[in-house]
Amino acid sequence: MASTTLYSQRDPMLKKRDDFEDILEERRNSSDLKYAVRCYAPVLYKGLTPCKANMLKSMVLQSDHLRYVINQVSQESGEAPDIIHEEASVILEEMAHRLKISTVRFFAFTLTKAFKTLFQHICVNEEEYGSWYINLQQAIQEHPVVLLPSHRSYMDFLLMSYILYTYDLALPVIAAGMDFMGMKFIGEMLRMSGAFFIRRSFGGDKLYWAVFSEYVKTMLRNGFAPIEFFLEGTRSRTCKSLTPKIGLLNIVMEPFFKGEVFDVHLVPISISYERILEESLYARELLGVPKPKESTSGLLKARRILSENYGSIHVYFGQPVSIRSLAQDKVNRCKYNLVPRHIPRKPTKETQSFVTDTAYRIVRLQEDSMVLKPWVLMASILLQNLEGLELSLLTEQTLWLRGLAQSCGAFLDWPDHTPSAKVVSSSLALHRGLVCVSGGRVSLVLGEPQGLVTPEEALFNRAVSVLSCASYRNQILHVFIRPAILAVAIHNAASSKKDEVFNCFSFLCKMFSDEFILCPGDTVQDFEEACYLLVKSGSVQTLQQNIVVTDRGQSTLSFLNGLLESFLQGYQVVCQYFCEEACDSLTEKQYIPAVRSFAVKLILAGNLRCYEVLSSDMQKNALAALLRLGAVSKVKVADQVTLKVNKLAVNSLEDTLGGRLPTQKAVLARL
Amino acid sequence: MFVCYGVLVMLHPNIGLLLNGFNEHLLPTRQEIMKWNGWGYSDSKFLFNKKGQAEFTGKRYRLSGMILPSLQDWFENTFGASVKQHKSPATPSLNAGALPPANLNEAFLQDLTATGIPFSHEADDRVFRAHGHCLHEIFALREGRGFQRVPDMVTWPNCHNDVVKIVELACKHNVCVIPYGGGTSVTGALECPPEEMRCIVSLDTSQMNRILWIDEKNLVARIEAGIIGQDLERLLNEGGYCTGHEPDSMEFSSLGGWVATRASGMKKNVYGNIEDLVVHIKVVTPRGVMEKSCQGPRMSTGPDVHHFILGSEGTLGVVTEVTMKIRPIPEYRKYGSVVFPNFEAGVACLREVAKQRCAPASIRLMDNEQFQFGHALKPQVSSIFTSFVEGLKKFYITKFKGFDPHQLCVATLLFEGDRERVLQHEKQVYDIAAKFGGLAAGEDNGQRGYILTFVIAYLRDLGLDYYVVAESFETSVPWDRVLDLCRNVKERIIRECKERGVQFQPLTSCRVTQTYDAGACVYFYFAFNYRGLADPVHTYEQVEHAARDEILANGGSLSHHHGVGKLRKEWMKESISDVGLGMLRSVKEYVDPDNIFGNRNLL
Repeated sequence: MASTTLYSQRDPMLKKRDDFEDILEERRNSSDLKYAVRCYAPVLYKGLTPCKANMLKSMVLQSDHLRYVINQVSQESGEAPDIIHEEASVILEEMAHRLKISTVRFFAFTLTKAFKTLFQHICVNEEEYGSWYINLQQAIQEHPVVLLPSHRSYMDFLLMSYILYTYDLALPVIAAGMDFMGMKFIGEMLRMSGAFFIRRSFGGDKLYWAVFSEYVKTMLRNGFAPIEFFLEGTRSRTCKSLTPKIGLLNIVMEPFFKGEVFDVHLVPISISYERILEESLYARELLGVPKPKESTSGLLKARRILSENYGSIHVYFGQPVSIRSLAQDKVNRCKYNLVPRHIPRKPTKETQSFVTDTAYRIVRLQEDSMVLKPWVLMASILLQNLEGLELSLLTEQTLWLRGLAQSCGAFLDWPDHTPSAKVVSSSLALHRGLVCVSGGRVSLVLGEPQGLVTPEEALFNRAVSVLSCASYRNQILHVFIRPAILAVAIHNAASSKKDEVFNCFSFLCKMFSDEFILCPGDTVQDFEEACYLLVKSGSVQTLQQNIVVTDRGQSTLSFLNGLLESFLQGYQVVCQYFCEEACDSLTEKQYIPAVRSFAVKLILAGNLRCYEVLSSDMQKNALAALLRLGAVSKVKVADQVTLKVNKLAVNSLEDTLGGRLPTQKAVLARL
Repeated sequence: MFVCYGVLVMLHPNIGLLLNGFNEHLLPTRQEIMKWNGWGYSDSKFLFNKKGQAEFTGKRYRLSGMILPSLQDWFENTFGASVKQHKSPATPSLNAGALPPANLNEAFLQDLTATGIPFSHEADDRVFRAHGHCLHEIFALREGRGFQRVPDMVTWPNCHNDVVKIVELACKHNVCVIPYGGGTSVTGALECPPEEMRCIVSLDTSQMNRILWIDEKNLVARIEAGIIGQDLERLLNEGGYCTGHEPDSMEFSSLGGWVATRASGMKKNVYGNIEDLVVHIKVVTPRGVMEKSCQGPRMSTGPDVHHFILGSEGTLGVVTEVTMKIRPIPEYRKYGSVVFPNFEAGVACLREVAKQRCAPASIRLMDNEQFQFGHALKPQVSSIFTSFVEGLKKFYITKFKGFDPHQLCVATLLFEGDRERVLQHEKQVYDIAAKFGGLAAGEDNGQRGYILTFVIAYLRDLGLDYYVVAESFETSVPWDRVLDLCRNVKERIIRECKERGVQFQPLTSCRVTQTYDAGACVYFYFAFNYRGLADPVHTYEQVEHAARDEILANGGSLSHHHGVGKLRKEWMKESISDVGLGMLRSVKEYVDPDNIFGNRNLL
C-alpha cells in the first residue's frame, strides 16, 4: 500500500506568492557583452555530458521503434526500406535542433538590448519555500524535465531560454511550429538556440509521427536537455488559455509508463504580459485579416513596435509536478508489459484520460499563476459599459472588482502604497491606444475617426478595439469562470433548486468546454468550487436544497452574468445562423466568413450589439461545441467537408442558452 | 593481460558447505544446533571481536575463524552505523510465557498416539516451526515477542505411510496440518494463520530423509522428500552422483520444500530447475495419494498434474517421495570471474551469453555495491605476495583500463564438465565478455562470490545487532527490461525510505543470478539503518511492498523462485488473472475441501 502523498506537490492554493525579481535591473546596470560571454555551466541530468546533435540523430534513426515503423511502412507501400529510411533521415534533418552556445550568447546579447527598450521589467518569481530555480535545478539533475509555458506571444520561447540562461540552468530544446522555418535566417538562428520544428499537421503520416516521437523520447530518455513545448499548441490570440493538445504530452509520458525512466517532471510556467506585442495584430487576425506569413522582413517591419512601451512581463515558474505521483493508482503500468516497448501502440482509454486530465491540470496551474494587472479589471468593466462611464465610477467599480477577484484567488499585481486614482490613470495611459478619457468619461476608442468610412469599416474599427479590450478581460476569466457559469445557471434555471441549477450549470459547461478550461468530467467539482466561492463572497446562500441570491450578491451576480453575456450571445448567433441561413452545401471552409457576414448584418441592422461574435475564435469554438453535441455533423462529399445541420437540435440549444428553454428538455431534444 | 585463472584446480565438490559432515541436524531436536532466532548454525556467526575486528566464528565454512579487516569500515560507512555506540542485541531466550497455550485436539492426539508416530507439544519445538526467515519473523524472535499463533503440536512421520496415517487422522478429527521441511521460507509461508481455531499440527518431514534407491540405468533416484539439500548431495556423491540442484539455501532446505515452491538452483543452466529435475512425485492429500503410474521422461496426458503440486506451497498435501534425475559428478570444475566497466556492459554480456546458449553452470552478475561489499568480506591476506598481486590487479583494472571503481561490476562464473570442454567453454565465454569490455579477473574472485552466497544470510543477524535491517527479494524479467527494472526499483526504494523517515541512506544492490533464453532472474538486497524509526519492520514492509509494485510495473514477475506464501498473495490476481486464480481455487476445493492444509498460502 503506497501512500498517495508520496511524491505529491504542495497544494498550489496554499502557495505564498511572494516577491518577484526583476532580471532586467541587473542588465541595466552592467555590461550586456559581459553577460553574453559569461561562464555558463548549467547542471545536467545525472551529470551527463549531453551527446552531440549528430549522435542524437543516429540514435533516433537506429532506434528499434523507428526501424520497426520503417519496415512497416515499407511493407505497406512497397518501397524499399532503404528509401523509407532515407525519407526518415530527411524528416529528421528538417526537424532537428542544433543547439549552439554561441547562438545562445548572440541572443543573450541582442535580446537584452531589445528587452530593455520594450519592457519596463521582466519579473521572475523569487522565493517560495526555497527558490524555484533550486527546485528546477534539482529536478533537472534527477529527472527528465518538461517545461510547459503558457503561450501568448512569439516572445515566449526566446524569453524562456533567456531566463534559463540568466539563471545558469540547462537550456531547453523547444518544439516549434514549422511556420517559423519559413523565416530563413531567423529559422536557422532559432534552430541553433534549441528549437526543433514540427509540421502543423501530419495526421496519418506514420513515418513522420515515428521520427518525431522517437526524437523527443530519445532526448528525454537520455536527459539531453529539458524539453519545452506549449500545451496550448499555438499562441492564444484571445489571451484566454486554449484547451490543451495532448499529443506531445502523451509522447513525453510514455517513457515513464514503459519504465524507461523513473519519473518525468512537468514544470508549469505562466508568462503574463502587461501588453502583448501582437495585441492589435491578433484582433485583426480574429476578424479575418489573415495572419501575415512569418517572414524575416515582416519581423524587421515590426521594429516599429520597438518604440512603444509594453510595460512589464511576469514569469512564474511553478513547482515541478511528478508524473509518477500523478499517475499513481490511475495508470496501471503493467499494461505495457505484454508488447515489446518499441512497437507503437495507441494509448489505452485509461492512459488517454489520465493524460487529458494532467493536461488540464497543468493549464489550470498556469492560469492560477498568471499575474493580472489592474487594467484587466478595468477592461472587464469597460466591456460591460461600451457606451463609456465616468472615471470616478470606473475607479470605484475597479476597486470593488479587485476585492471580488482577490476573494476568488486572483493573482493580482496591484501596486502597494499607490492611490487608486493613480493606479487607474497610469493603466489608462499605458493602454491609450485602446481607451480614451474625455470630459471625465472613459470609453473605448473607435478607431481613427478621420475621413469617410463605410458603416462596415466603422464597425470593423470598433470591433478591433472591442476584441483588443476583450483580450484583457479574457485574462481574468479563469478566476471567475466557474462562479460566472453558476451565475448564468442560477439566472436561467427554472427554480432555485440545487439540482436544477446544477443541470443548467452542467449544460453550460458542456457547451463552453472548448471556450474555457473546464476539464471534462470535473463538472461536479467545478460546481462545488463555484458554490464555495459565491457563498464565501456572500453572494449566495445555500438553504436546504436551494441556492438563493442574497441582496448584496445581486451586483456580483449581475457582473458575472455580464462577463459571459457576449459568449452566450455569440453562441446563440451561431445557432441562429445555422437555423436561418445555412444552406445544405455549406462547407467547413465557408463557415467562418458566412457567420461573420451574418453577424455583421445583424449588427448593422441594430439587432445585435455583441461585437465579439465577429471573432473567428468564438465561431470556431461554437462550431466545435455543436459538433461535439451532435447538433451539427461533418459529411465528406467528394474532397470537401460539408456541415450537416440538425435544425431542431440547434434551435433547442439556442433556446437553452438564452434561458428560454429549461435545460432538460434541450437534452431530450438533442437525443 | 593477466592470467589469473587456471593455476589452481578446485575440486571441492561443495565449496563453502559443511566441512565436517555428520548428521546432527537430522535429529528431531535440530533447534539445538541451530539458532532459534537467526540464520543457520548456532556456532557460526559474524561478530565484532574485542579488538573491534569482524570475524566469522565456528569451523564449518571456509570463512570460519577468519578475520575480516575491512568489514567494519564498510559496515559503518554504508549504513551510518556505529559498532561501538549503537547496539541492538537480541533477547537471549524466548519468553515461554508469551507463547499461546497449545490448543490440542484430544481425540486426534489419542489416535496419533496409537500409531506410534512421535510428536511433541514442547514450547521450543512449536516456536521453532512457527516461522521462516522473513525479517518480521526474525525480528519478532529477537525481541522475544514470539508469534500470535504457533503450531499446537509437532509430529515427525518416518515414512510415506506415516504421513498417510497422519493426514487421515487430521481429516477425521478436522485438525489443520502445516508441512514443515527445512524452515527456510522467506514468504511467510510457515506462519500460522492467526484466525485458525482448530488445532494446528506441524508435520515435520525431517525424518523422511533416505535415498530409497538409485537407478543407474536411467540415472534417477527415489528420494524421501524430507531430505535436506546438503545431505542429499553428500549421499549421492558417495556413489559418484549428484543432482546438481543447488539453491542458495541448500544447507537447510528440503527436497519437499523445493517441489512445493518451484525452487531454482544455482547450476540450473546444466541441470535445470526443480521442475526439470523431477520425474515422479508422490503426494499425500486429504483426497488420498496422488502419483503417476509410470516414470516416463515426458508425457502428453493432459495438463501435467505435477504442476499442481510444484509451487502449491503446502496447500494441497505433503510431498513424501520424489524420483529425481541424477548425474555423474563432473570431472572438472572451475571458477572464474570477469570485471566489467559498468553494470550495463555486464548485462549486455550476459544477454549475449544467453543468446549463444553457452552459459556456464552458473553465471552471476553483481552490481557495484555488491562488488564493494564482496571486497569488505575479504579475509586478512596471508602473504605479502598475495597482497602485492591484488594491488597490481587493482591498479591494472582501475588505472590502466580506466575502470571507475564506483561503476565497475563483476560476473562470477562456474564451469563444470570434462576438462577439455570446460577449458573450451571458458574461452568462449571470456571471448564474449571481452567484446563487452570485460576483463578476466581470476578464479579467486569467482570463488569468493559463491562462498559469499552461503554466508551472506548470516550477515543479516550481524546487521540486526547494530540497528540494520536487511532482506532480499527476487524477480524474473525479460532481457530488454533488466536495466530499467534494476534502476527503477533501486530508485523507488531510496525514495520510499526517504519518504518514510528512514534517517540513513539505504543500501540497495542487485545481481542477475540466472540467465534464460527470454530473460533473467534478478535478485535484490536491501538494507537500512533503522535508528530513529518507531516501527522499523513496518517501514521495511512498506518499502518492500512499494518495491514489488515497482517490479510488477516494470515487467518483472511476482517471484522467480521464492514463491508467494502470504507475503505476495495480494498480487496473485493481477499476476495470473481472475480465471487463473479460479483454476487454482477449484483444484484446492476438490483436493482439500475442508482446508486441512490450512496454511493459507498462495490463494
